[in-house]
Amino acid sequence: MPGKLKAKIVAGRHLPVMDRASDLTDAFVEVKFGNTTFKTDVYPKSLNPQWNSEWFKFEVDDEDLQDEPLQITVLDHDTYSANDAIGKVYIDIDPLLCSEAATVISGWLPIYDTIHGIRGEINVLVKVDLFNDLNRFRQSSCGVKFFCTTSIPRCYRAIMVHGFVEELVVNEDPEYQWIDRIRTPRASNEARQRLIFLMSGELQRKIGLKVLEMGGNAVVGYLQCFDLEGESGLVVRAIGTACTLEKISSTLPATATHPSNSSPSKDMKEPGFGEEAPGVPLSSGPPTPLRAQTFSSFSPSKSYSRQSSSSDTELSLTPKTVGIFLFPSTPALESESSPLPSAHLPHHLWPGMASRSTTPPPLRLSQSDTAILRKSVSFSEELLLAASGMGSGGSAGKEGGPLKALLRQQTQSALEQRGVSSSSEAFVRTGEYPFFTLAAFPPGFLLHVGGVVSARSVKLLDRIHNPDEPETRDAWWEEIRQEIKSHAKALGCHAVVGYSESTSICEEVCILSASGTAAILSSRFMQDGPLDTEHRLSRQPLCVFSTGSERVEGDMGSSASLGFEEVVSPGCGFCHIPYDELNIPFPAQLTYCYCCRRYKVPDVLFTTIDLPTEANVTGKGCLIQARLCRTKKKAQGEGNATVISNLLPFLEYELHTQLMNKLKLRGMNALFGLRIQISVGETMLLGLASATGVYLTALPSPGGIQIAGKTPSDITYEQHISNMQKKINDTIAKNKELYEINPPEVVEEIIGSPIPEPRQRSRLFRSQSESSDEVSELDLSHGKKDAFVLEIDDTDAVEDIHALLTDSPTPAGFYSCNTEIMPGIQNWTSAIQMFTSVRVFRLNANLTNQGLNKIFSDLCENLLKSLYFKLRSMVPCCLCHLNFTVAIPEDELIQVAVTAVAMSFDKEQLLENGKQSGEKTLIKAITENDEQLQFNLELNAETSAPNPLSSPKGLSEVGSHLSARASSVDYSSFADRCSSWIEQLKLKAHTIRRGSVKTTSSMEKASPLPEGRSRSLRSNRSYSGSSVAVVKMTPLSFIPGAKIIKYLGIINMFFIRETTSLREEGGVSGFLHTFIAEVFAMVRAHVAALGGNAVVSYSMKECVFMENPNKNQAQCLINVSGDAVMFVRESELESTSVQTQSATTHTSNGAEGT
Amino acid sequence: MSVELDVFVGNTTIMDKEVYQLWLNGYTVNDAVKVRIEGGVMEECEASAEVLLSDTMDQYRTFQMCERLLHHPAKLANQLLFQIPPDRQAMLIERYYAFDDSFVREVLGKKLSKGTKKDLDDVSTKTGITLKSCRRQFDNFKRVFKVVEELKGPLVENIRQHFLLPDQLARDYAAIVFFANNRFETGKKKLHYLTFQDFAFCAGQLINNWTLGAVDNIMEDMDVDLDKEFLQELKDLKILITDKDLLDQHKSLVCTALRGKTNVFNEMEANFKNLSRGLVNIAAKLINAKDVRDFFIDLVEKFIEPCRSDKWTSIDVNLYLTHYTNSVHILDTFKHHAVWTRYMGVIKSCILRMYHD
Repeated sequence: MPGKLKAKIVAGRHLPVMDRASDLTDAFVEVKFGNTTFKTDVYPKSLNPQWNSEWFKFEVDDEDLQDEPLQITVLDHDTYSANDAIGKVYIDIDPLLCSEAATVISGWLPIYDTIHGIRGEINVLVKVDLFNDLNRFRQSSCGVKFFCTTSIPRCYRAIMVHGFVEELVVNEDPEYQWIDRIRTPRASNEARQRLIFLMSGELQRKIGLKVLEMGGNAVVGYLQCFDLEGESGLVVRAIGTACTLEKISSTLPATATHPSNSSPSKDMKEPGFGEEAPGVPLSSGPPTPLRAQTFSSFSPSKSYSRQSSSSDTELSLTPKTVGIFLFPSTPALESESSPLPSAHLPHHLWPGMASRSTTPPPLRLSQSDTAILRKSVSFSEELLLAASGMGSGGSAGKEGGPLKALLRQQTQSALEQRGVSSSSEAFVRTGEYPFFTLAAFPPGFLLHVGGVVSARSVKLLDRIHNPDEPETRDAWWEEIRQEIKSHAKALGCHAVVGYSESTSICEEVCILSASGTAAILSSRFMQDGPLDTEHRLSRQPLCVFSTGSERVEGDMGSSASLGFEEVVSPGCGFCHIPYDELNIPFPAQLTYCYCCRRYKVPDVLFTTIDLPTEANVTGKGCLIQARLCRTKKKAQGEGNATVISNLLPFLEYELHTQLMNKLKLRGMNALFGLRIQISVGETMLLGLASATGVYLTALPSPGGIQIAGKTPSDITYEQHISNMQKKINDTIAKNKELYEINPPEVVEEIIGSPIPEPRQRSRLFRSQSESSDEVSELDLSHGKKDAFVLEIDDTDAVEDIHALLTDSPTPAGFYSCNTEIMPGIQNWTSAIQMFTSVRVFRLNANLTNQGLNKIFSDLCENLLKSLYFKLRSMVPCCLCHLNFTVAIPEDELIQVAVTAVAMSFDKEQLLENGKQSGEKTLIKAITENDEQLQFNLELNAETSAPNPLSSPKGLSEVGSHLSARASSVDYSSFADRCSSWIEQLKLKAHTIRRGSVKTTSSMEKASPLPEGRSRSLRSNRSYSGSSVAVVKMTPLSFIPGAKIIKYLGIINMFFIRETTSLREEGGVSGFLHTFIAEVFAMVRAHVAALGGNAVVSYSMKECVFMENPNKNQAQCLINVSGDAVMFVRESELESTSVQTQSATTHTSNGAEGT
Repeated sequence: MSVELDVFVGNTTIMDKEVYQLWLNGYTVNDAVKVRIEGGVMEECEASAEVLLSDTMDQYRTFQMCERLLHHPAKLANQLLFQIPPDRQAMLIERYYAFDDSFVREVLGKKLSKGTKKDLDDVSTKTGITLKSCRRQFDNFKRVFKVVEELKGPLVENIRQHFLLPDQLARDYAAIVFFANNRFETGKKKLHYLTFQDFAFCAGQLINNWTLGAVDNIMEDMDVDLDKEFLQELKDLKILITDKDLLDQHKSLVCTALRGKTNVFNEMEANFKNLSRGLVNIAAKLINAKDVRDFFIDLVEKFIEPCRSDKWTSIDVNLYLTHYTNSVHILDTFKHHAVWTRYMGVIKSCILRMYHD
């Protein structure tokens, strides 16, 4: 009996009128968990009832706590007829089960009804007393933290990254059960909502178990999706990256971080968890009953990773690599880095040095070298076999990254497996994948990027016979993941990062897709690297994959003195090819890196990850989209699947060509955050590829686009072509100016100029599993065609070129990207605006491919234009994380949904930064603000020497930040309100700490007027002064100008809304507008109830809209997710800690000012 | 080929002030787009008409969704559906409750009933304000009236609290409610020259001095109704005109004081009895609800018009009324000083305010 769930119903407000006669409501509440139900008394004749109930207590298994939501139903009491339901609230208990997340859920939550929408609010208090269960065979996984964020969360550091976790559960869809014929739409919707709540709870619990098994305590980059397969069932699946995280102690003394520790429920849990880590006095200890386990399992894993490091680095005995190792060490770096107390700075100065090509290769041969030799024998044959040579010189040099990292696949011997799996073709046994759903990594972790790998497969859905054994679905994904893995291997990479999976379903056909970026990650032993004593003491036995620079510091300081040094500058290292250049898996044009001049780089790089913060970028980036529509014949069953799988390669090829051309047109050479979505309908296929184009300094400058006519007989035709050519050249020139792309001219060497025989470089691997045959994959280089020369041989081609040129540039003051951050913009103000926009377009029948393409492209373009117009008051601003999703809800409908965040930035500082390009890298370095903070703490502890570089910098940053805020007048009051709210929050935290129950007497209930006034008053009784707490939402993992001090738990909500009076609700637009607004409201309310003031990594993963205007009906399903957090404005942070740690705050503020 | 659905929802609700005003003014979406295009917003932002149409529709939809909340402004602050910064909330409320002077002039003092609402299309044609806007303004009046009608305590304060309106607007609404409640006649031709602000000022005077709430500060008082007891007492003032001695005495006191101080002294002297009778008769009749309604017409007919035909300046009027009021206190047989002061204070400031072309 490991858990006691307690709930208290306090009050309601704004209830709907349920009794027409009296214009009032006799409301009462049912509280249900599992099979237990409690009821409150009826509060007669009020729209603002005050129940003030006792505590309802549920004694339940923690397994149930994870699976079940707390269900609160508000009803209107009726003496003679059945009670009418007003609406429901589902509360996810999960955040309360984790010691580091929320401790209480308390606040006003919207009462939701699937037919009427939000109908008033209810104030509840929910707590959990958890008794720790140490049973080894338990089925629950309480305490495992979940994060949607695809990077290491801001106030944590990763001690270990264990690897990929996945799970799926299936069930029958209630909407398709026989009983649905006889129940009301409301009952059906509620059954569905509840089922999905249960399923995602179960899924999360199962994934949690896997994580515990691996020895982790958290899942990062958690991505959960629903497949509504109709008749054949409902699939909920999730993937994520298991990690062991440790909380970084905050600069805030006690107040903000510690209330949770002293809450009563926490006290009960505390004994079960490990004591706090030595050396990090303020951190709340990682909630790992596994700590001991980790310790004990350590020594075996050590030897595995020794092997693994060799598998990472592989071998190659080409003279070039040897030469690198023999480079004389330049004293420059040594002298610059060692006197600085911080490793952070030298680390981020590297790019600058790299461009000067003076980076010394400090002979770090020791362990990796021997490893190479040891492993070389076993590898040589497979290398040839798999055509997957490794850029060994590069990796060997880089291998000792600035961060010690160990990738443990599993507690047992994952890394060895990896070695094994890459050395034998028959690796299909463990279901172990070196995949990472993370898209951003701590500096130095990502060594090389090979390119995008993707796999698709077309499946026919069949009824899931046994929900407990969802083997078919598992097998499908297994297949795809194997394919991805083999693609990565073909690119000479051992890992796939920025990994994601998706589906598109139409009738009984389902396309499964997976994509990621093949990469080589740094892995290294702590023992091998020199260690400074404090760190060794604190976590000596652990292998560390740290987001923080703190470890870097220890490492660097001593390694510099010992003569071990990192070789490759982080600014270009990841661009260096991981594959063997003599054994390239596809035709590619390689040049020496334009930064360091020592390693080979491809001429174009496509990736699905975020732009690494340390990357050297010239100019700014921009959103690049390829859009494609293909008609297809109507077909049934197998025939349909065949048609689709035949079309897919062409679709992908054309998308790829379009991306490449658009990239060239903008004068850029790399894509980040690439996401290709293929959507299937009855009569067409839709492809949308979105990515952020940038100019990587390390890569060669892209050549222009040349048009060649096939029939050069006609003079007017020639003229036409030359006109077009001119237009294209002009556009390129204009774009270069717009995005400030003016790379330093490099005239020397370069093997082969960019233009002569350019080829498609970064390959897009795709395949149909139907026809999949591992070896043939490598042949799919439809790239015999020249990417830069466009041949005009028919009208189609002309249209294509026109389409290229129709992409209108973003209006002045706007930038856009689909990644987390925009290169070249750092000085964000605190003004952010998250939004969702949805458009549905009806097509005419009988359109050609060309016509469809144009319509689809225009649809996307117009949508973007509308967004720019809407957000014009925020200029200068950048639309970040622009996430497009397309769907074909019906035969002739195209639906496009966009979620993104607009963030204002400060123009003046931008210019300044441009001028001081040297400083740019510095600022960039600081963007990892938490690490910076953490590092500062360390700094204070170890040495009191002020950092001569960072503190003046910090000061100036603070100043500029203030001015930035002043310039955004519209939002300043917003911010003020936020700050006052934080005060409230702190007060609240105090009360909670004292264990008092009175927390709800907070501001919302501020001034209820005495009862018995005139009637008209009653409806607005709770008016005046009390305003709702502001909750920010963003799809990004951070909030500009603020520091996240606490993650309160994952938000994962699913809602259905249906109407039978579509016209009355303002038509389809009115209906959806209201629904989306309601979803936002419910997310905000739940976050506020958890004690948070923002949602980060927010995404709308599903928005299924169906209408039947003839019947005046519509239905919509929305699934959203994100991480609830509590943040503090850095200005407040400063005021609280300025007295004690002035040096620290200066720097940290500088960091967050960016 | 058509856009079937087009929706934009921000976490912070985006509202364009300009479009909001167009919506309030009752423009259709298409008309609003036209106005915006003429306003040049397209060139500024490199937008197309299509974009403008989509934006306008979207904003209109947002406003419609908000409208229900604006009916109870207090709800706007603690509703969860829209996240609107407080300054925006204040703007939304203030503009929603703002009204056109020309419109309010038409319905001021009328019963806020269905009948009046039916006649709004006439008002719309007369004033050039769209019917939609007229209806909104009318409904606002009615809503405020209904809420405040039965509330105790100071009228202006009640309105400000319940509708979160800025002070001036709350005062204007107080005037409208007060006029509607007492059904003051404002539509007669003779009163056409008076603006809403004139009436609002007078209403303020009446509310502050003649209602029950004006004398004792007990919160249970109603500000909407005139103090019945006071109206009863006003009958006692009749002695000023019925008692011949008192009248003569009064006249001589005023004339002595005024002599040589004004160019229209002769006219003042000649008209004294007429004017005094006028003012005192108004006072004496106020106990009848019907005569309350004619209060402003009476003021104009009995006092303002005679003075105006004799070409008094407003300085003259001020001078006259000052002495007229003060002299009464010297009359030894007169006992009702308090009532007289309370009555004349309001009359004087009302007349002065109303004494213009």
